[in-house]
Amino acid sequence: MTTYFTKDHEWIRIDGDVATVGITDYAQSQLGDVVYVELPEIGKALAKGDEAAVVESVKAASEVFAPVSGTVEAVNVALTDEPGKINESPEAEGWFVKLKLTASDELAELLDEEAYKAFVETL
Amino acid sequence: MTEISDTELLETPLASLHRELGARMVPFAGYSMPVQYPKGIIAEHNWTRESAGLFDVSHMGQAFLVGPDHATTARALEALTPGEFAALAPGRVRYTLLTTDRGGIIDDLMVTRPLDPAEDGVLGLIVNAGRKVIDYAHLAARLPADVGLQVAEDRALLALQGPKAAAVFARHCPAAAAMGFMTSIRTEVDGVEAIVSRSGYTGEDGYEISVPGDAAERVARALLADAEVEPIGLGARDSLRLEAGLCLYGHDIDEATSPAEADLGFAIPKRRRIEGGFPGADRILGELASGAPRLRVGIRPEGRAPARDGTEIRDASGTLVGIVTSGGFGPSVGGPIAMGYVAADCAAPGTPLLLSVRGKDLPASVAPLPFVPHRYYRKPSA
Repeated sequence: MTTYFTKDHEWIRIDGDVATVGITDYAQSQLGDVVYVELPEIGKALAKGDEAAVVESVKAASEVFAPVSGTVEAVNVALTDEPGKINESPEAEGWFVKLKLTASDELAELLDEEAYKAFVETL
Repeated sequence: MTEISDTELLETPLASLHRELGARMVPFAGYSMPVQYPKGIIAEHNWTRESAGLFDVSHMGQAFLVGPDHATTARALEALTPGEFAALAPGRVRYTLLTTDRGGIIDDLMVTRPLDPAEDGVLGLIVNAGRKVIDYAHLAARLPADVGLQVAEDRALLALQGPKAAAVFARHCPAAAAMGFMTSIRTEVDGVEAIVSRSGYTGEDGYEISVPGDAAERVARALLADAEVEPIGLGARDSLRLEAGLCLYGHDIDEATSPAEADLGFAIPKRRRIEGGFPGADRILGELASGAPRLRVGIRPEGRAPARDGTEIRDASGTLVGIVTSGGFGPSVGGPIAMGYVAADCAAPGTPLLLSVRGKDLPASVAPLPFVPHRYYRKPSA
């Protein structure tokens, strides 16, 4: 499995033609305590850059954009009752959606872990 | 605010302490302020409800009205507010409002009559950070010639809030233990000259502590050295005051909202209702007598999605009836809470409402305020 990242602080883990998407530890630390997550409907077709989810901290609401195009295959329903998982385990239990890739060539535009780490260093 | 870079922001005397404590600093009312420390807003909120939280509120404006005697200064302030100051006893603190000639609210503020007879003719003011310039200009323009405005730029302000605040603070300021709610004394805190009032904006017992700016860090460090005390940022200050049903200037009240609409009638005592004689009295007293067209209410969204400031409010039939002015998550409530203005016929607790959040109508209802009962100190009866 390969994990990619975006400058919007999302991670994308690729398993075959399915991408699991979440937000990075840096993103959750910037958001603060997450109190609500709005997830997309299963079967929804998302183009790269579409709003995939909304995550609300105590202070504010933020959009999570689809880092790649795909069809929503699964959503992490556990986040509905336990949105705090995004703070506790952002890069594992706190995943948001699984997308069935519809434009796998977009993966080439994503950052690898090293490039993402270097990007965060600049912030 | 976003176009103001960090270098142009003002700092309080505790700025370096905040950074040392790992605070995330954000721009607020022209100041760089701690929005949260590493433990996060929910932990800080809960700590304040269970123990004692220390807040830096030095960005707020501290000033004194100085006149020849109490009656003169009180009369001058009564000409600008609907409060009762002529009969305010020495050592007492009152919440009041500067009102516009059209009955709106220029600012909400705390007024203290010093206890010491040597300070006769002085009234202490604490105003909102974002309104300092406007308030001071308004006061300067309207005060009579024999009452002056002295701005205390050199003072810092700390708030120690929570059920353990009194026990903690007694170790630093023994004189504070016997204070009643909404009273003020001049005293010393850890040897530092201080004006201490038993008051706050969290719904909890606690103190607001005015000290010279150059001694503020020493006092803050001494308080933080107690195991019961943690530093608390503006994020938790906001969730605490929202649960307590208290207004945030610029959100829940402004120059377009009247004290009657804002349900702040408690700040207008009987004599002022009878006599009037303050800016906007016609509108404000008219609304108090016959009902304001819209009212500030608590709102409890069903489900978990918070409704933020600016969210439109509709009634069950879909008619626009109001707007959310403060909204977020209440850690002690365990869910989303909000305040806003609704048409008077929608203001009764239990009235069903719909909140337009991201294109969906979320069910909600009017809730009594406060969301979390106030736990202000009540002196045991003798």
